[in-house]
Amino acid sequence: MNNNAQLADRKFIIGGFFVLIAIVYIIRLFYLQVIDKSYEASARNNALQTLTEYPPRGFIYDRNGKLLVINEASYDLMVTPKLVKGCDTMALCEILEITKEEFLKRIKKACQAPNSPRKQSIFEKQMSSATNAKLQEKLYRFRGFYVQSRTVRKYPRPIAAHLLGYIGEVSKEKAEKDSYYKEGDYIGISGMERSYEEALRGKKGTRIVVKDVHNKEVGRYMNGKYDTAAVAGKPLYCTIDASLQEYGERLMKGKKGALVAIEPSTGEILCLISAPGYDPNLLVGGKERNKNFAKLVYDSTLPLFNRAIQAEYPPGSTFKLIDALIAQNDGLINRSTMYPCARGYPPMGGKPKCHPHGPVDLVNSVAQSCNSYYSYVFREIVDQKKYPKFIDGYNHWRDMVMSFGPGTKLGTDLPYDRPGKVPSVKYYDKVFGKNGWRSNTIVSLGIGQAELLLMPLQMANVVATIANRGYYYIPHTVKGIGNEKEIDKKFKEKVYVGVQNQEAYTNVIDGMQRCFDAGTAYYSRIPGVVACGKTGTAENPHGKSHAVFMAFAPREKPQIVIACLIENAGFGGTWSAPIVSLMIEKYVTGKVTRPELEKKMEAVDLIQGKNLITTEFH
Amino acid sequence: MALRRNENSLFYGVDRITVITYTLLVLMGWLNIYAAVYNEEHKNILDISQKYGKQLIWIAGAAILAFSILVIDAGFYTVFAYWFYAIILLLCLLVPFLGREVKGSRSWFRFGDFGIQPAEFMKFATSLALAKFLSNENLIVLSRYRLRFKDLFKNYKNTFIAVTFLIVPMLIIKVLQDETGLAIVFVAFIIVLYREGLSINILIFGLITVILFVLSLVVAETNTLLIWMGVITACGFLFIRRTKKNILFAVLIYLGAAGVVLGTNYVYEHLEPHQRVRIDVLLGRNEVDLKKEGYNVNQAKIAIGSGGFWGKGYLEGTQTKYDFVPEQDTDFIFCTVGEEWGFVGSSIVVILELFLILRVVFLSERQRSPFSRIYGYGVASILFFHLCINIGMTIGLMPVIGIPLPFFSYGGSSLWSFTILLFIFIKLDANRLLILR
Ligand SMILES: [Zn+2]
Repeated sequence: MNNNAQLADRKFIIGGFFVLIAIVYIIRLFYLQVIDKSYEASARNNALQTLTEYPPRGFIYDRNGKLLVINEASYDLMVTPKLVKGCDTMALCEILEITKEEFLKRIKKACQAPNSPRKQSIFEKQMSSATNAKLQEKLYRFRGFYVQSRTVRKYPRPIAAHLLGYIGEVSKEKAEKDSYYKEGDYIGISGMERSYEEALRGKKGTRIVVKDVHNKEVGRYMNGKYDTAAVAGKPLYCTIDASLQEYGERLMKGKKGALVAIEPSTGEILCLISAPGYDPNLLVGGKERNKNFAKLVYDSTLPLFNRAIQAEYPPGSTFKLIDALIAQNDGLINRSTMYPCARGYPPMGGKPKCHPHGPVDLVNSVAQSCNSYYSYVFREIVDQKKYPKFIDGYNHWRDMVMSFGPGTKLGTDLPYDRPGKVPSVKYYDKVFGKNGWRSNTIVSLGIGQAELLLMPLQMANVVATIANRGYYYIPHTVKGIGNEKEIDKKFKEKVYVGVQNQEAYTNVIDGMQRCFDAGTAYYSRIPGVVACGKTGTAENPHGKSHAVFMAFAPREKPQIVIACLIENAGFGGTWSAPIVSLMIEKYVTGKVTRPELEKKMEAVDLIQGKNLITTEFH
Repeated sequence: MALRRNENSLFYGVDRITVITYTLLVLMGWLNIYAAVYNEEHKNILDISQKYGKQLIWIAGAAILAFSILVIDAGFYTVFAYWFYAIILLLCLLVPFLGREVKGSRSWFRFGDFGIQPAEFMKFATSLALAKFLSNENLIVLSRYRLRFKDLFKNYKNTFIAVTFLIVPMLIIKVLQDETGLAIVFVAFIIVLYREGLSINILIFGLITVILFVLSLVVAETNTLLIWMGVITACGFLFIRRTKKNILFAVLIYLGAAGVVLGTNYVYEHLEPHQRVRIDVLLGRNEVDLKKEGYNVNQAKIAIGSGGFWGKGYLEGTQTKYDFVPEQDTDFIFCTVGEEWGFVGSSIVVILELFLILRVVFLSERQRSPFSRIYGYGVASILFFHLCINIGMTIGLMPVIGIPLPFFSYGGSSLWSFTILLFIFIKLDANRLLILR
């Protein structure tokens, strides 16, 4: 028993071990229960159910108070799988017009992560009110199901789809990042719906209810002390003129391209058209929406693509206006400066080419759009004596151009706009090698070709700057949000461009006026309106040239500027100028006196290949 | 020794403190089962369609059992120790073939609404058998001579036999019945073996294996771990005499340890997904999805954690009452305690259970018969193991293994088995003075 005496000491080790573990556990309990408070919140989330009340999204009005976007009630059927007991499956399937397999599939989906059997998830999205009515009658027979009412968008006028944008279910990533959203919520995905999401969405309300053992609602938590009322979204007053937008969309039907109109005295966008467009009502609703969306996504004419702010095009001859302004501003040319034209630019053997015309001074060079003239002008600017190094001359030209907007993001309130491109020295060094290029290498930049790329909105902004003679307001789409007619201050500030020489503007504007009176836009003269314009035919390496036209009117106190680009159409004077002239006429005079032209332009379908215009406008 | 007046009384020598603690725990357990299952529709405590009603019947049965055990002569348990072991082992062997399947488990004999798990009763039977064996044999390795392999079995023969007593029921319950929780309990008897002289070397060897096991799971890079172990082994050379033998020995140790590490990873990779997930949940590996695998433990922690210092009050717990915690009346009964009684209540339960265990240890040490002492340690070890794992898993310190909280959890088999386990010891203890006569 010697051994036992020795071993008896082990009782202390054993007893000590028991006590030690118990102490560790008690400390752990103290940590969980007293120190760490997070579990209390989790527990509250468990037993109390927070029901969400969705506020109606703000309406959107046009500049004259016409409704563009309203709401319609929509009903989502929610399910909490764990509570589904003794449900009359057959009846439910009948109402929803689904099979039993589909029913089981959806229940299964609602049980799997990120959903949970204990939590609500969407069973059927955006039911019609008829379905909802049928369902409400029998809802008591479907335990575990619950109808959540929300609103969906409706568009009384099927216009301005790109500009207004659409809403859709919030992405998983966004929902994780932004605590306001939870999965299944709607969020503005594009256009104004996206830019003004915070104002439009309002504020979700919550109602906290206590649930008993059987998960029946037994009352409000703390008598509603912690409930919050939903706040309706603010209405948006946008700058769009609905009838102009509608008219423009009619004229642009059957064409690929974009048309942007701006009020130069404010920078307000009057219409913004990307063709082909689509009816915004297509992207509303449950099942239908997905079908329509897929159709639009796979359409080869890219109707979802907002060409007005996202498509990059060479501006073509319209760009000559900027060259003319810079050269005058630098004192290199004046109103009477003349350059030779031999159906092309003589120093480079007639390239770039030009069309036959008489000798031109500055004003006529604009009206006749002489390529040779502007090759000279471009090289004058870049190679001017002030800059001994040619690179500095080029950078000077580039800075001046960019001050008009090209190559920079304008900072509009539309999402996803792009900067376009004015090639940098670095870029050309890469292409031609350092010192491997001169002004003659890149002379086609001067006539708006080569690597120069602009968005249609930027083109419109350039015209607005010319109309304003030296400054612009950042183009924007909203006049007021909610009751306060306040918008971002930056939209109220004049942005001055690099050219402030007023005479230079007068000369260029004279040329633009002559463009209508006796130049490339002669066949698009507008009765009773003194308009100024410039045609462009943007060479397109991938196919037929793009037809560009930009204009403003009236000459004094301009009310509207428009830039229009039609893809693969050919000469700007033939294709874009008539449409622009019709729009100006409608906006400035309120009526259209040339129904025949209107009909013709409407009927042209370049997408289907129906070209009804003969050469008569050449 | 002078005999007391009432030495013939049935309760003569019965340790009142133990019995009172036992009674307290059982009653508290029932109150919490009532709270866990509580709903407005069935308020009648005697409603045997509800678990608390059933538990009352189990408690009554336990009282009868306890009473019967005290009536029977203490010698009966000593004499028939091996018989208990053999018979219940046989039942465990047969139940997968004779019993009915409940929730995918083949470990139950059903009688109408009530069921019995023979494996539960294997605990006291093994305690008895082990006590009987160890009271006649000795675990201590007397030879202090250099360890020679051919003597290994001779020296450790009794240890091997004792361990066999544990391994056999473990294997049967795990392999035939697939009841991991019930099987793993037998590990607790290591404490008994230790008390009775199990070589410290073996214990340390086991401990190091466990540490390596955990390390190899926690350290993601197996190679890193192997390198570090190599470094430590190399450092070890600084402290030993660098004889050929010692170096060979150190290298062998390193290889053995590496084997454990690699083996663990191999086993882990080949585990059933749900078992792997349990280990992951415990070790906090691979971001566990709280809505899926980690759900039980997370909800348990929420329930306990939300109790605060004083608790939410009896029947006021929202987590347990509203079904958020799974198995809230059986394995996760401690959540109800934690939520409704707070830190105060849950500490009291831990302390009360610990007190009972320490009381049993204390009583064991005052036994003069080795049989009673060893059996007592068996009781203490089993109770402690249950306490340690059950509460440990609800507070996230142990993996989720389905074993009940002694005297607390709902369930006839476990209550009865713990009652038998404890009261045989109480009877043995009550008898300790008579033994010398
Ligand atoms: Zn020319």
